[in-house]
Amino acid sequence: MEFMILIHGDESSPRLAPGDPGFDEFMGSWFAYNQMLMDGGHWVSGANLAPTSSATTLRHTPGQAPEIVDGPFAETKEQFGGFYLISAENLDEAIELAKKLPVNSGSLEIRPVAFRPDAG
Amino acid sequence: MLALLTRRFGDLDAADDAVQDALVTALTAWQSGIPQSPAAWLYTVARNTLIDQVRRDRASRRRLYEAAPELTAHHTRDHDTDEEGDLIMDASSLGDERLRLLLLCCHPALDRDTQVALTLRLAGGLTAAEVAAAYLLPEATLTQRVVRAKRKIREAGMPLTIPANLDERVGVLLRVLYLVFNEGYLSRGADHVTRVDLMAEAIRLTRQVVDELPANAEAEGLLALELYHHARSSTRVDGLGELVLLEHQDRTGWNLDEITEANARLHSAMTRMAPGPYQVQAIIAGHHANARTAANTDWAAIAELYAQLGRMAPNPVVELNRAVAIAMADGPLAGLAVLDRLTGLDDYHLLHATRGELLARAGRPAAASFERARELTSNEGERRHLARRAAETAARGR
Repeated sequence: MEFMILIHGDESSPRLAPGDPGFDEFMGSWFAYNQMLMDGGHWVSGANLAPTSSATTLRHTPGQAPEIVDGPFAETKEQFGGFYLISAENLDEAIELAKKLPVNSGSLEIRPVAFRPDAG
Repeated sequence: MLALLTRRFGDLDAADDAVQDALVTALTAWQSGIPQSPAAWLYTVARNTLIDQVRRDRASRRRLYEAAPELTAHHTRDHDTDEEGDLIMDASSLGDERLRLLLLCCHPALDRDTQVALTLRLAGGLTAAEVAAAYLLPEATLTQRVVRAKRKIREAGMPLTIPANLDERVGVLLRVLYLVFNEGYLSRGADHVTRVDLMAEAIRLTRQVVDELPANAEAEGLLALELYHHARSSTRVDGLGELVLLEHQDRTGWNLDEITEANARLHSAMTRMAPGPYQVQAIIAGHHANARTAANTDWAAIAELYAQLGRMAPNPVVELNRAVAIAMADGPLAGLAVLDRLTGLDDYHLLHATRGELLARAGRPAAASFERARELTSNEGERRHLARRAAETAARGR
């Protein structure tokens, strides 16, 4: 099965920038996680998104041209920041893989993929 | 031969038993002549024994699956088609299947109410009407909850396997069983005759877990705890449906067989040297259940056990219970001192009811505490009791 792990977190919480002490270790933990997914045959895809300050939303109303809005589709305490698309035996394995993500705050939503046209 | 049979049937113990049985059979059968190939003879006899056993298991398992047709649809299909194939595939024991089903019903990706409903409906085999009645829900609500859960189980890819993090998952399962038990224990009132016995159901399912996971001390601790409570549940309510406090219960009405079994279960759990909250609660329940009279209760020991429980899982209600035990051991003023340091329970009626009782015992004005407790509960029986206590203590105060 395939699962998407949607990563939600508070963008306003302080984050490390290149050159900060600990930054290399922080990035290293993400690279190691990606490598672990690849080595285990779990990797399908994944991306880290630019912050919601860069988001643009198209709002559709039936019968009208879509309205272009500055900002994310919803103002929430935690924002959608990135995702992994993984391959796992079942939900239990997907949960175990999600637990290993190097995050210590926010929420990870795990959703099974119902259909993916480009799946092999 | 043992390895061959084990590989084929996947169960070393059963294969070993079958080989031993075959050898015993050979002792008599071979008196009239040793077969040409003794090993093949033994293998055939042992294999036939195992096949019989698997067939019997399969019949029980089919009944189990009938309780959960949608969850296990693919298994049921296997049974009906490939005879020889499923004999080999299905060699795991029935108890193991039951445990897997229980663990799936209590999967942490399901919410608590759903875990309870699935456990009773699928693993416990109660009807939707029975589960709905036990929780005072419309049957349609309960049915809907189960249907939605089955859909999530299928769509989310929740497996019917023994999980890698078994201890953690068993912890969730035990919590669900304890909740079911408590629901039965607390709701037992005048209408209990018409409602299914959730306590008995929880005990039955806990027993299955203990049978399947004999090394898990907390599972057996929970079984002991449930048995202690069940042993005295019939004396908790009087003929009018009013609650009877522990100290006033008729101890001759307690079920000695259950208390004896609980004592043995608790002892067995504790020999495993893996303490946990259920075992500590069982020890406390055991102190009460084994005290011949209320006055014989070892309250100092109970106070210490509540302190221990509080260290394992900090909880203001545990601290409230500790205050009661200390009051019983060292007098109401000592108990009140603990209550005064307690925070986080200001809206909990039993805090105020307890404070009222301790104030009354210390000869101090208590009516306001009883009155506050009465305002905070909606249970009619408790409201009557608290109003009576408020009136009594107000009268005495004057």
